[in-house]
Amino acid sequence: MKIGLFIPCFINQFYPNVGIATLKLLRSFGFDVHYPIDQTCCGQSLANSGYQKNTKEIDEHFDQVFDPYDNIVAPAGSCIFYIKTYSGNRNKYRERLFELSEFLIKQNVLEQITSHYPRNVGIINSCHGLRGLQLGKSSELAGDDHSTLTTILSKVKDLKMIHLDRSDECCGFGGTFSIKEPELSVKMGRDRLKDFIKNGAEVITGTDVSCLMHLDGIIRKNNYRLETKHYSEILYQT
Amino acid sequence: MTGHPQKASIFLENESYVDWHDETLWWIREKRDKASGKVQDWEQLRETASKIKEHTLDNLGQYLLDFEKNATDNGIKIHWAEDAEDHNSIVYDLLKQKKTNCVVKSKSMLTEECGLNNYLEDQGIEVVDTDLGERIVQWLEQTPSHIVLPAIHLKKKDIGEIFTKKLGIPFLEDADKLTQIARNHLRDYFLSTPVAITGVNFAIAESGTFVICTNEGNADMGVHLADMHIASMGIEKIIPKTEHLGVFLRLLARSATGQSITSYSSHFRKPAKDKEIHLILVDNGRSDILHKEKFRNALKCIRCGACMNTCPVFRKTGGHSYQSTIPGPIGAILSPHYNPMKYGSLPFASTLCGSCSAICPVKIDIDDQLYHWRQELNRKKSTPISISVVAKFLSKSGWFDLGSKFFTTIHKLMPNVAERILKPYSHNRKLPEPPEKSFKAWYKENS
Repeated sequence: MKIGLFIPCFINQFYPNVGIATLKLLRSFGFDVHYPIDQTCCGQSLANSGYQKNTKEIDEHFDQVFDPYDNIVAPAGSCIFYIKTYSGNRNKYRERLFELSEFLIKQNVLEQITSHYPRNVGIINSCHGLRGLQLGKSSELAGDDHSTLTTILSKVKDLKMIHLDRSDECCGFGGTFSIKEPELSVKMGRDRLKDFIKNGAEVITGTDVSCLMHLDGIIRKNNYRLETKHYSEILYQT
Repeated sequence: MTGHPQKASIFLENESYVDWHDETLWWIREKRDKASGKVQDWEQLRETASKIKEHTLDNLGQYLLDFEKNATDNGIKIHWAEDAEDHNSIVYDLLKQKKTNCVVKSKSMLTEECGLNNYLEDQGIEVVDTDLGERIVQWLEQTPSHIVLPAIHLKKKDIGEIFTKKLGIPFLEDADKLTQIARNHLRDYFLSTPVAITGVNFAIAESGTFVICTNEGNADMGVHLADMHIASMGIEKIIPKTEHLGVFLRLLARSATGQSITSYSSHFRKPAKDKEIHLILVDNGRSDILHKEKFRNALKCIRCGACMNTCPVFRKTGGHSYQSTIPGPIGAILSPHYNPMKYGSLPFASTLCGSCSAICPVKIDIDDQLYHWRQELNRKKSTPISISVVAKFLSKSGWFDLGSKFFTTIHKLMPNVAERILKPYSHNRKLPEPPEKSFKAWYKENS
């Protein structure tokens, strides 16, 4: 199985360590992972702004780059959700695209996790992963709570999972929403962070680096005693 | 800045008030979670309700005709209104027949949609809203900020003050006492007014009956004391059979307020002796929505308001920031049908978090429709150059890499410039620390 690693544009630009951790983690589990060097972006930022009509070339480029791979994995639920749901490639790639956590579970490699992380960790349940890709059960739905990320993090030694008052309220990033309604976006983020602080989290992790980027920006602006970390960096520590 | 962002930023100025508003509605959301959690097969119930509504919309014409026939046989007079103007003039003509210049009205978002109060007041008729929350916003010359909780944006102090102003009583904040005073105040109108207007929650095609759900009993008080009952309903409120009603009654109050059922679920079949029931079936744009494949599911709405209580945007910016009769997520997908220019900012007033769709008791795909509205609103517009340029950069790896390298350099050497480029994102929020190099650059060196 040949895996194409998709590192979305803003992770490439701002969070290379997440890409590195994801790549090394997958290789440590023995997967045949390749990073197609010509890749760019999924185009979601344009489409969510109402310009999906202008994303045809982006879709074609994505297809050209990733067509040779059996499966495509990315440390970014939102981008995967967009491609599978709306992009011009949705039908062709629906069965081949995975957010990292769902891929690890599907491939049954959790017993190989050896990571040790003695911190209080709270999960920001990124909406597109949770409700879009159904990486877990959202709080609106009846039934028992579960998520790919809690399953994975339960394998990490000494990691203490923190419960929040509002388990899956949106952090307020929302892509271009963060630009169209910046005050509201930041207010939503601040309110989520208060929940993490109140419940004793030291580290926030999640399936979308974009939510973490937004929260980290508010943490540093306000000097909150919290840090954000994509879970690939918890699973593969350099 | 116009539309929702402008109103939202005004609302957000008073943070302690925002937090109070947010927590009040979240408390209702939690009550809903507890109530729905006690129902076995809640998800199955939602699925059933959704299927019934879809089937009804597919056969709406026939069910409306069935309903008209059966209701007429029961002695209810049916009126058809193509739009708001039609609806309002039908009501006015009926009021003229009864020679009244005052009417009591219980909760009805449809009459809000049609602007009935203003219309009748312009004709010299006093409209008395008898739902307490609606009476309060009416006194304040406001509109409801929430479809189930019309005065949820007001604090006890605001309510005490308006009671003092309107009824001349000493200032009070005690909710029980104020409710008692309101009852006495409204009772005079109930006793003296020959016509009562109500909304409709469900109309059953096979029986020609209709159902009104309230908590205050004001709708029943109004119609039982009046000689004429005028009920207004949107054509999408039809359900095929009596046996379907239980599905919706179980979902409605639990989704709305976390009650297992509303205090009153009153069934109307035929007028009492010497009394009249008039039912106005209102289209007002609904047939157009029915023909838009991507958007027709919005007509499944039973107006429970759960999407508002769960929506962080609604909770933190208030119903009035939407400036539409129906606010919140469902309002954001319904309102643009009526005026895409005026309501064009609403589909963007969302992070597309999807909580609305997950909570909706009839499974309306609200976040999906928000996404499609964004496309629809731009469909006929020409694309701004900035968007075309970004699209080019994102579709050519050479350009992409060049842009990436350029930004990394600026970000490292002139972080202030980088922040300025990314405003308003970087307003009140820091940009990530600049990394040494991009992932792609690292990979090229290390593979």
